[in-house]
Parts: sequence; structure tokens; C-alpha cells
Amino acid sequence: MPTSEQADGADTIVYRRHAWPIRLMHWINVVAFAVLLMSGLQIFNAFPALHWGKSSYTGEAPLLRIGARLDADGKAVGVTRIFGRDFETTGVLGVSAGADGAPTVRGFPAWITLPGEQWLAMARRWHLFFAWVLVVNGLLYLGYTLASGHLARDLLPDRADWRGFGQSLKDHLLFRRPAGEAERRYNVLQKLAYLAVIFVLFPLVVVMGLAMSPALNALLPGWVDVVGGRQSARTLHFVLAWMLVAFVFIHVFELVVSGFWNKLRAMVTGRYRLEGDRDA
Amino acid sequence: MRECENGRRRFLQRALAAGSALVLAGCERLSRSEWFTGVLGSAEKLNFGVQRLLLPRKAMAQEFTEADLSPDFRSNGTRDPDDPAYQALAADRFVDYRLRVGGLVAQPRAYSLDALKALPSRTQITRHDCVEGWSAIGKWKGVPLARILEAVTPLPSARYVVFYCADSMEASGTRYYESIDMEDAWHVQTLLAYELNDAPLPIKNGAPIRLRVERQLGYKMAKYVMRIELVDRLDTIAGGKGGYWEDRGYEWYAGI
Repeated sequence: MPTSEQADGADTIVYRRHAWPIRLMHWINVVAFAVLLMSGLQIFNAFPALHWGKSSYTGEAPLLRIGARLDADGKAVGVTRIFGRDFETTGVLGVSAGADGAPTVRGFPAWITLPGEQWLAMARRWHLFFAWVLVVNGLLYLGYTLASGHLARDLLPDRADWRGFGQSLKDHLLFRRPAGEAERRYNVLQKLAYLAVIFVLFPLVVVMGLAMSPALNALLPGWVDVVGGRQSARTLHFVLAWMLVAFVFIHVFELVVSGFWNKLRAMVTGRYRLEGDRDA
Repeated sequence: MRECENGRRRFLQRALAAGSALVLAGCERLSRSEWFTGVLGSAEKLNFGVQRLLLPRKAMAQEFTEADLSPDFRSNGTRDPDDPAYQALAADRFVDYRLRVGGLVAQPRAYSLDALKALPSRTQITRHDCVEGWSAIGKWKGVPLARILEAVTPLPSARYVVFYCADSMEASGTRYYESIDMEDAWHVQTLLAYELNDAPLPIKNGAPIRLRVERQLGYKMAKYVMRIELVDRLDTIAGGKGGYWEDRGYEWYAGI
């Protein structure tokens, strides 16, 4: 990692942890992913079910369906059906507060969709624009990370990392954080998580999105059947998006337990404060 | 030092909470502002340009087998046009139906349903992808639009083919319409379909004629087609965006 550093007090060193292109691309990615997730859930709401196979009407039941039914008093009840089992999810899935606060039948609630109200055309505009932002930003990131040596230096686990795998796992489970010089490097689980997100989850979620395009299907007719068909691709697109959300939660959680403001500042201004040796 | 740090934290926390509320409200405002939706809409031109560049003119949409057919082909949008003129045609099993083809053509023509059926046909099993997210697979039989174009001979100035439909979408009487460009119009799989799954096209799926444009989303495939017009521009028709749903914010190019 960059090494320009300065002494700040007795044992404390402040150094530049993230180069500016990484910081800029990180935040562009945050914005693009948030917009894509929220507009994607709005698009999902137009047909709130997930199927496996080439079409939605194969005679097979959906894997997931978010719907609503009326109870004995005529009140709408949100029902989420997963693998044939029904769960009442009123308030969050199926039935939730609309713009005027009254219960509305909709898949995901207004506070997590973009736009808030049911508006497929506008959601597609946000989604298809920010998909380009995400892809172009991602390609620039790949170029930078290779050209600058960031990938080889900071992200690829080396021999020592692999040897320390068990220790790293134990440290994570016990919420033990590295101190001093060890803080400068990513630990092996962290490296693997970043690599999985950068080289597996993001590329796959994009490809599964493109797999839904009827025009791109004609590029090589049948390529989408590799994953089971267009509706399978749609299901995978959805699942991968939520896997990325899970990563975001873990990512932010790890920041919170390892010094949130210091790490946040490092990703905004680049400056990271390294305290002197101390007991973990 | 510590106190200053705490104050900054509190400030940042509040800023974050206020910020996220502001961002959401801001997004709603942006969705309603003309300039911003214009910026977002630029992605359509990008998708159109890139997909046309990647895709050979004659690239075929995937075709399926009978085993893949959806048991019932879902009907979306209009299921039964309540316009009296259409109802009268349907009551008579469309014997008085005439498909009028005109606009920028050398020889305008009109076709009865039997005349269309007498033309060389194409049968294809394709997947219908709705903009909402669902797909259904159906077997279509119809006249390739190219056969009609050959008969009417488009003028060099013709750039788009517009399809006018029988179904009123609103109480005001606004009817469905759609448009495609000449590249899609001449494509082998672009059909005026009159059969679905070996039976006459049901009314719920667009009888007597519906358009098939297999490399685009379902809303491009107008049902209840009554009249075809070749034009050089779309901005003078209805809302000016080239289709009923396009006039309501959907993309004209629906390849994704």
C-alpha cells in the first residue's frame, strides 16, 4: 500500500492507505450498486416471483412468490411463498405502506425501491443507466488494479496468508483485530472476500442481467440455457444481488468492529491512523 | 483531541441520517425532472448502439421445441378490446377484416385475413419476454413482414414501420400503437402472426393479427394490428415516442 506517512504523536503514524483512484471508484460503486439494488427491486415488483427454467409458465411452481391474500375481515395480508411454504410477511413483503401510508399490495416495500411508488418504466431507466456506470467503473477498476500492482500487492493471498488461514479464521470468530504493522495488510479472509466480490459476484450479476436481454440472446442462441434458461438467469441475478448485499453488511460490520471512522476516513481522504503497538 | 473527535462523530452520524433521507427525496425529485430522466434515457441510445453493433443484422432469436411450450400463453394488457368496430369484426370471425398497409410505399395495399394466410408463412417457437420480467414460450405461425414489404415496396425515405391497433387503452380512446425500424422489419422472424400453438390466434393474444419482433421485449409486439404505415419520423405521431408505452416512459428500443 502507499507509504507516504507522517508521525502524529508518540506512537501514532498516519499514512495514505488508499490511492485516490481506488477511493473514487469505491464510492462510485457504492452509489451505482445502491441505485441498481433499489431500482432492481422495483423492477422485480412488476412480477414478484422467481422461476427456474426457460419460461415462467412451464407448469412448475415458482421458487419464490411474493403476493397477498384477503383475510376473513377483508384485510390484505402479505404472503411470501418460498419452495412451497407460505410465510406471512405483512408490513414488509406483499403488503406494505404506500405513499399515503395506507397498506398497499406490492412485493418489496417503498423504502427500499427506486422510485418508491410502483413505476416500472422509471425504475428501468435508473437501472439501465447505472448498470453502465457500474460496468464502466468496474472495468476501469480492473485496469487500474492490474496496472498499479494493487491486485498482486494487496489482494492476492501469498504463501504466508494461506498458512495463516486458520489463525485468521479464529481471529475473525473471536473479533480479534490485528494491531500495529499487521493492520496495514488485508488479512487472508478479507482478501478472499474482496476477490470473490470483484471477480465472481459482480461479473456474474452483470452477465445474468445481460442474459435477460432478448437481443443479446440472439447473439449466440441458447447461451442462456447454460444456467438453465432466461428465468433461471433472472433468479440468479436476484440471488447474486442479495449475496452482494450480504457482503456489504459483513463489510460494514467488520469496519464497525475494527475502527469505523478511521477506516471510513481512509476511504474518503486516504489518511489512516495507525496506533502504536498495543494489546489487541 | 478526543472531544473534537466525538463532536465530529456526532456531526457525521447526523449528517449520514439526514443525508440518506435527503438522497431518497432527491431521487424522487430527479425521477420527475425532465433533464435528469433525459440523462438516464441516454442509456437507451447506448444499449441500442452497442447491441446493434454486436448483433449481426440477421442474428436469429433462439427457437425452441414443442416440449418447451408454455401450457397456456399468458395474455397481458388488453384481453378483449371493447371497441364496437372490433367487436363487430370478431363476431363475424374477422371475415370483414382488412389490414391496410400504406404510408411511404410505392403501392399501398389491403389484405383480408384469407389473403394473408395465402401468402408464404413461417412457423417459429420462440420465447416472449415481458418487460415485467416473465417469459412464455409459444408457437407462432404468420406471414413474415418482409413478404408484405416486398409487395408494397417501401420508398427510400421510409425509416420506420408503425402498427396501429384496434384496442383503446383509456376511456379517452387512445389506441395502442407500436413501431420498429427497417432492420427489424425485414428480419426473418418478424411476423404478422395469425396462429398460436396450431390454433387461430385467440382474442386474448391479439386476434386476428399480432406482431412478433423476437429480439425485443413483449410490448413491442402489438396485438390487434389494423393498419401498417411506413414513415420517416415518429415524433409527429401520437405522443411522439413511437409507441403507446414509449409515450409513457418506456424505451423505444426494447432489446434489453
